[in-house]
Amino acid sequence: MAKQTTLELWVGLFGVAGLLALSMLAFKVANLGASDISQGYRVAARFDNIGQLKRRAPITLAGVRIGRVSDITIDDDFYAVVTLTISDKYDKLPLDTSASILTSGLLGQQYVALEPGAEEEYLKDGSELQVTQSALVLEKLISQFLYGKSETGN
Amino acid sequence: MYTRKHRLETSDAPTSDRRVLVEIHDLDFARGERPIFEGLNLEVRRGQVTAILGGSGTGKTTLLNLIGGRLHPDAGDVIVDGCSVPALTTAELYEIRKRMGMLFQSGALLTDLNVFDNVAFPIREHTRLPESIIRNLVLLKLELVGLRGARALLPAQLSGGMARRVALARAIALDPLMVMYDEPFTGLDPISMGVIVKLIRELNDALGMTSIVVTHDVSDACSIADYIYLIGDGSILAQGTPEEMQKTNSTQVRQFMDGLPDGPVPYHYPAADYIDDLLQGNSQ
Amino acid sequence: MNPVRRLGRWTIARIARLGRASLFLYQILMRLWRLAPRPGLLIQQIYAVGVLTLLIILVSGLFIGMVLGLQGYNTLVDFGAESALGLLVAKSLTRELGPVVAALLFAGRAGSALTAEIGLMKATEQLAGIEMMAVDPLTRIVAPRFLAGIIALPLLAALFTAVGVLGGHLVGVGLLAVDAGVFWSQMQSGMDFYDDVLNGVIKSVVFGLVVSWIAVFEGYDCVPTSEGVSRATTRTVVNASLAILGLDFILTSLMFGEG
Repeated sequence: MAKQTTLELWVGLFGVAGLLALSMLAFKVANLGASDISQGYRVAARFDNIGQLKRRAPITLAGVRIGRVSDITIDDDFYAVVTLTISDKYDKLPLDTSASILTSGLLGQQYVALEPGAEEEYLKDGSELQVTQSALVLEKLISQFLYGKSETGN
Repeated sequence: MYTRKHRLETSDAPTSDRRVLVEIHDLDFARGERPIFEGLNLEVRRGQVTAILGGSGTGKTTLLNLIGGRLHPDAGDVIVDGCSVPALTTAELYEIRKRMGMLFQSGALLTDLNVFDNVAFPIREHTRLPESIIRNLVLLKLELVGLRGARALLPAQLSGGMARRVALARAIALDPLMVMYDEPFTGLDPISMGVIVKLIRELNDALGMTSIVVTHDVSDACSIADYIYLIGDGSILAQGTPEEMQKTNSTQVRQFMDGLPDGPVPYHYPAADYIDDLLQGNSQ
Repeated sequence: MNPVRRLGRWTIARIARLGRASLFLYQILMRLWRLAPRPGLLIQQIYAVGVLTLLIILVSGLFIGMVLGLQGYNTLVDFGAESALGLLVAKSLTRELGPVVAALLFAGRAGSALTAEIGLMKATEQLAGIEMMAVDPLTRIVAPRFLAGIIALPLLAALFTAVGVLGGHLVGVGLLAVDAGVFWSQMQSGMDFYDDVLNGVIKSVVFGLVVSWIAVFEGYDCVPTSEGVSRATTRTVVNASLAILGLDFILTSLMFGEG
């Protein structure tokens, strides 16, 4: 029966090693637990151009990640409606918080940055952000520069 | 084909009495297009060693598989200990197989288990006996075949004759009603063969088992069996005690018993006329 | 024979075989619960298919990770984006290379051994012998091997991926002087547990099922001669590899299709 014992020991070690590898992938590589998209409240934001923004893009406030983009659709007036899922930990955001789409680095991914307002009331599930700043599209920027137009976006 | 069938007078007509363990009635079985058995009738009496004799390819092993329920007949019935094997459910079939032992030509020992564990395998699978009792049972069976000393060896370390003896110990591990032997003498040296012959006879008599021995070896069949069936052409060519079989004048039986190359079983595989065949090759 | 007829015969034979394989899978699945009182059988097989495959998995994972680190660095450095090296290595490994390469290695090492073992048991009448001892070979022999494959492959793939990431770290950080902090933080911000890790695990479970299924079926269905066993072993490796790559495409398009 000594053979059986070593065999069981090996299988046990194998199982432990496999599960350790899996948890390393989950926590160390994918950083699970840092922000969970499924938990939080949803807020809508309308943009007339979202650039390269993708689902699951981060939402930051003062540079700290507080949530993720959970959905992107188009409404009847052809505005892009971005659903932001913000962690329940940050439920004291003023109602007049503004959102802008920024780019991390020159070629990096785009994200939504929030700028807190001054209202007494707070954003809650289903609210809509009133002030938004669309993504900068490089081609538009260049043509604006070339033709000396100085209109700003909304 | 049926006209060529030669039947020796048996001592009594086949009846479903308690002295008979295995009865086969009008059995038909085909492999694909090729018929193996057509209208086979056979019976095996309790406590006897019955030999089934036949040339290669006559379906002797198939017959054992039909008795063991591993194959399903196209027609006819196989009755073992009062149960019709083809009609059994899987669970019932497994139940009746516990009462049958089978010794395969190659031994069919499990290669990753040693001799002891091989013999213990059916006991462990079917009972919840404590390990100490299993040990006693296994050593008893191994002692019967004279291999108690080889219990720690692996099947790869055994000679052909020893492997067959271990397989025999395993086949009788659950004290079955009957043991089926598939070509138990093939490929053994004379000493090992003598041992197997002695074992089959002794186990049969001492443990009160019934034995079915499938073989193509005439002298061994005669030396061991109480009753012999000679099969060929899908049915029984002849049957009788060894003495009756030796004395018969039937050409078919004589060809087999005396090992003649040509006779009712032709030397040539069926073919067109030789001269015609040669000439045809030239004309093309 | 007429070629059309031959094609028809070939097609019918393929479909019949697929039908047999499906029936076989069903029969195994129906018997899995009978393993519950006998964990020993399963443990023995996890040792045979899992632990014995560990070495090749770990070594291959390490080297694949190192190669990815080297190649990725050379590509990314042209765009000044070598900070994304960790992300590149981790994403390629968790999504694709981990599950796929581990499954291919598993098919070659464990799958072929399973087929050869079961085929040999058939050729030497061991399966018939077990059946005549009133023991069901599907429960006693096939089911534990099948289940062990499904359990072992996801664990092996996770180990492969983890070792690969470490290999990428070894080359990227150790050899090419990418900053370790950047390497890990870029990886962590770009990786997603559901999209990347979980989908990779789902892939390897599916591959484990398919490879084990093919391996035990080829063994059980083989022609019981030494030639038949060797052919079945080859077929296992070829069919399992094709199935892995084909299924990988289907799974990838289902999981990541919408971009």
